[in-house]
Amino acid sequence: MYVAVKGGERAIENAHRLLAHERRGDRDVPEVTLAQISEQLALGVDRVMTEGSLYDRELAALAIKQARGDMIEAIFLVRAFRATLPRFGATEPVNTGAMQVRRRISSTFKDVPGGQILGPTFDYTHRLLDPQLAEGFVPEQPMTADASQAATPRVTDILGRDGLIESSPQADSDAAVGDLTREPLSFPADRDLRLQNLARGDEGFLLALGYSTQRGYGRNHPFAGEIRFGEVEVEFSAEDVGFAVPLGSIELTECQMVNQFKGSTTEAPCFTRGYGLAFGQSERKTMSMALVDRALRARELGEEAEAPAQDEEFVMSHSDNVQSTGFVEHLKLPHYVDFQSELGLLRKLRQEFAEANEAVEMQEAAE
Amino acid sequence: MNSTMSSTGPDSKQAQRKAAMTVLAHSGVADIAGRLAAIAVPTHENLREPENGLVMMRGRIGGDGAPFNLGEATVSRAAVRLATGEVGFGYTLGRDARKAQMIALCDAMVQSAELSGEVEAKVIAPLRVAMNAERARKAAETAATRVDFYTMVRGEG
Repeated sequence: MYVAVKGGERAIENAHRLLAHERRGDRDVPEVTLAQISEQLALGVDRVMTEGSLYDRELAALAIKQARGDMIEAIFLVRAFRATLPRFGATEPVNTGAMQVRRRISSTFKDVPGGQILGPTFDYTHRLLDPQLAEGFVPEQPMTADASQAATPRVTDILGRDGLIESSPQADSDAAVGDLTREPLSFPADRDLRLQNLARGDEGFLLALGYSTQRGYGRNHPFAGEIRFGEVEVEFSAEDVGFAVPLGSIELTECQMVNQFKGSTTEAPCFTRGYGLAFGQSERKTMSMALVDRALRARELGEEAEAPAQDEEFVMSHSDNVQSTGFVEHLKLPHYVDFQSELGLLRKLRQEFAEANEAVEMQEAAE
Repeated sequence: MNSTMSSTGPDSKQAQRKAAMTVLAHSGVADIAGRLAAIAVPTHENLREPENGLVMMRGRIGGDGAPFNLGEATVSRAAVRLATGEVGFGYTLGRDARKAQMIALCDAMVQSAELSGEVEAKVIAPLRVAMNAERARKAAETAATRVDFYTMVRGEG
């Protein structure tokens, strides 16, 4: 039964007005600009772009500002914005091998061709709060060195030359690329759909699942074969133009996880792999994604799938923080009528319980 | 396809257009506008009004395997036609429709036998210098963070 509840309009309007006031905070403190968020909270912007599934730094910065720094609210805003624009098509797959690398490390080969390039990283910092940063700190200009012209081939390509690692699955020319924004999820899901789901999945959820595989819930013996971050060129085959048009470049992070071997009587043993790819500098995200991608290949690789990270229906159905927060937070909305019927039922049950007890007591008294 | 034949042939004309589009897509809208102000822009009309939209970005499984959908990006596009008939297209990441229109205008001029030399020299070439300088700066900063391993010899030989 639907019972219209009136009277909330003015309260809602005033609540939003109060929210806008609180969002601005102390008006004597200068307002934060989108450029400041984009430049100085860059990794937050990267996360909102990745999980909001929309590459647009300025919009992600606006979302963070509007959401008062609540990342999941910001991701929600970006997802909702997506729906307002038409889609022109899909880009050519990006070539991460041709990335202009800003960071590239391998934990498996010290002398990897192209070198270990640390780039801008928190690694090896002491994680001590720096009071200098509180105000007015002017960092030194970065050091420079002669840039090498040497290529930086993917570590997995190097291992692949000797057949020591499985090759990536190639496209079936007839098969369309799965898109979970267009078709509802169904299981079992192919790897393209799984990767799309993980790419926009919640970093914290994937981090916990990846960690669980390391602790023994679906162990797969990972090595960070390579992590690279930098700019890649994007091209779009525009029908009207007649050739692949350059759109500019985007920043991406890629993680190639190298995992324990597989083999059979007909196939020589070789390393297996898990893959992670995300917008911006999103290292923890891509590492977690690669661990979970590998765990979700249990069925394909003939492993027993008993751990949560290996259960694709569990992982894919709960990875999306916009869906998750929608269902959890809808509990805040008025459920007065549902609750009234539950309350009515509970009162009836309690009355029956009391009557039954009364009857027992009377019987006992009579005996 | 546009069948304008220059002395260099359609393939190299396409390569030239693509190279110009790469430079323009990497350049800021104010920089492009500044360069365009230095030349006499020919009469033209909008063939497609500048508009914003999305493209689905694709990666490859394992970096080199079958494609998958990574997430979308905002894109702007436009198309213009010069009074002399050349049709230019502009596509760029982001929501700046004015930038897409300037790229379309440049693309049309690149295809014009009379204008291609000037747009190349006065717009594309200086923007390319700036783009390459920016890339070189980043590459040099990155190179300073390359690890040079050396082996420590421990104990008595």
